[in-house]
Amino acid sequence: MNKLFHILFLIIFATYTVSCNRVKPLKELPSDSIFHLSSEWQNQDGKKIQLKELRGKTLVVVMIYTTCKTACPLLVADMKKIASKINPGDLKKISLVLVSIDPETDTPEKLKSFAKTNQMEEDYWVFLRGNKSSTQEFANVLSMKYKEISPMDFSHSNIISVFNPDGELVNQEEGAGINSDKVIEEVNKVLKSI
Amino acid sequence: MFNLLLILGLILTGLGSCSTQEQGPNPISKINSSQLKPILTDTKMVKVTGGKYLPFYSENDSLVQVKDFWIDIRPVTNAEFLKFVQANPQWRRSQVKRLYADTTYLRDWVADTELPKDALPDAPVTFVSWFAAKAYADAVGKRLPTLDEWEYVAMADADEPNARGKKSYNDALINLYMVKNRQFNQVMQSKPNYWGIYNLFDLIWEWTDDFNSTLVTGDSRGGEYGDKTLACAGSATSATDVMNYAAFIRFGLRSSLKANYTVGNLGFRCAKDF
Repeated sequence: MNKLFHILFLIIFATYTVSCNRVKPLKELPSDSIFHLSSEWQNQDGKKIQLKELRGKTLVVVMIYTTCKTACPLLVADMKKIASKINPGDLKKISLVLVSIDPETDTPEKLKSFAKTNQMEEDYWVFLRGNKSSTQEFANVLSMKYKEISPMDFSHSNIISVFNPDGELVNQEEGAGINSDKVIEEVNKVLKSI
Repeated sequence: MFNLLLILGLILTGLGSCSTQEQGPNPISKINSSQLKPILTDTKMVKVTGGKYLPFYSENDSLVQVKDFWIDIRPVTNAEFLKFVQANPQWRRSQVKRLYADTTYLRDWVADTELPKDALPDAPVTFVSWFAAKAYADAVGKRLPTLDEWEYVAMADADEPNARGKKSYNDALINLYMVKNRQFNQVMQSKPNYWGIYNLFDLIWEWTDDFNSTLVTGDSRGGEYGDKTLACAGSATSATDVMNYAAFIRFGLRSSLKANYTVGNLGFRCAKDF
């Protein structure tokens, strides 16, 4: 009987040890990770989040504003094209993030309806809205230039950035005609390296 | 039975050590750039009466309204920045995040809290990034001046608030730019301008809060929308006073900067809302 208990407890103990070893503490963030930014954001569902909550997925990031009539529709089309060309099995490993340049106008409700209108409602679409200073800080992290020309009209550079799951910038494509194939290539490279 | 207790004990110990491991330090939550320790400053500020001004680069020549504001009479010095990093270890050279400052941050400092050899404590601090400048301004309860505010006070010479049309104003600036290594000199050794502000031009370039709002030069070829001067080199034709070479140089520099860049003759001063 005693032996039986022995074996039983040994098994339980072993199970605990194994499951315990699986709980690895998070690796320290690289020095250049965007997840160091401590600003608070809201997503399209109005949920408060910090950027570090996006950790663990490969990120494709662009800054836009929903009332934009010129460049942003093209950038949004680029993002959708990127999403459509990622291997469907890989989609759960990435987030496609659209950050508003115009946080005053782009409320979570606006972002939500923008997502609906543009058929960007899958889980991998993340829309973010911060405040004036977090937006400025984030634009600076992306080395993006922008200027409010008039209320609801911004002049801005067009950049699609790819970050690895630790928040390190791995690629930026810039200009009027973004090379979305290059972005996809970079995303796939990151996915392969994980 | 004794064995059983022993094993039970082992299991509990195992569990205990396991849960401490799980609750171990979370590196993310500890590193928080916004947790700044405030520091005191006695840098004098002057009040600037706002007004409408014509920006160097302007959409359809429209005037921009600048509100009244306070601005430091001189750039932030080495000694002041030393105080800041002493109080805020996360901004020391060895600890700063690459996200916030590139590898030349405070390059010539002897150590984390020791100024460069031969550096004057009263010379402007340089090799600081925009993020570092912004953090310093936060820590002293101020902010960085906006590009419009900086350019607004920079129109002045010693006698009037707007000397942009004067030949002497432009000549003086161009002559200054031919003198090398001005950044190592002490602040406030030259004459103040109309507002009582020192060293806007003669020592260093300065970060502004929205330096990244300059969409000209480099980017007018990069493909922006919502900007009417997209032709190659079109930015030159949109400047409002083409004789102001110094302003061309300033705007050219700003548009080439990234927020984590640090440069040997680039520093900053602080401002405040009125």
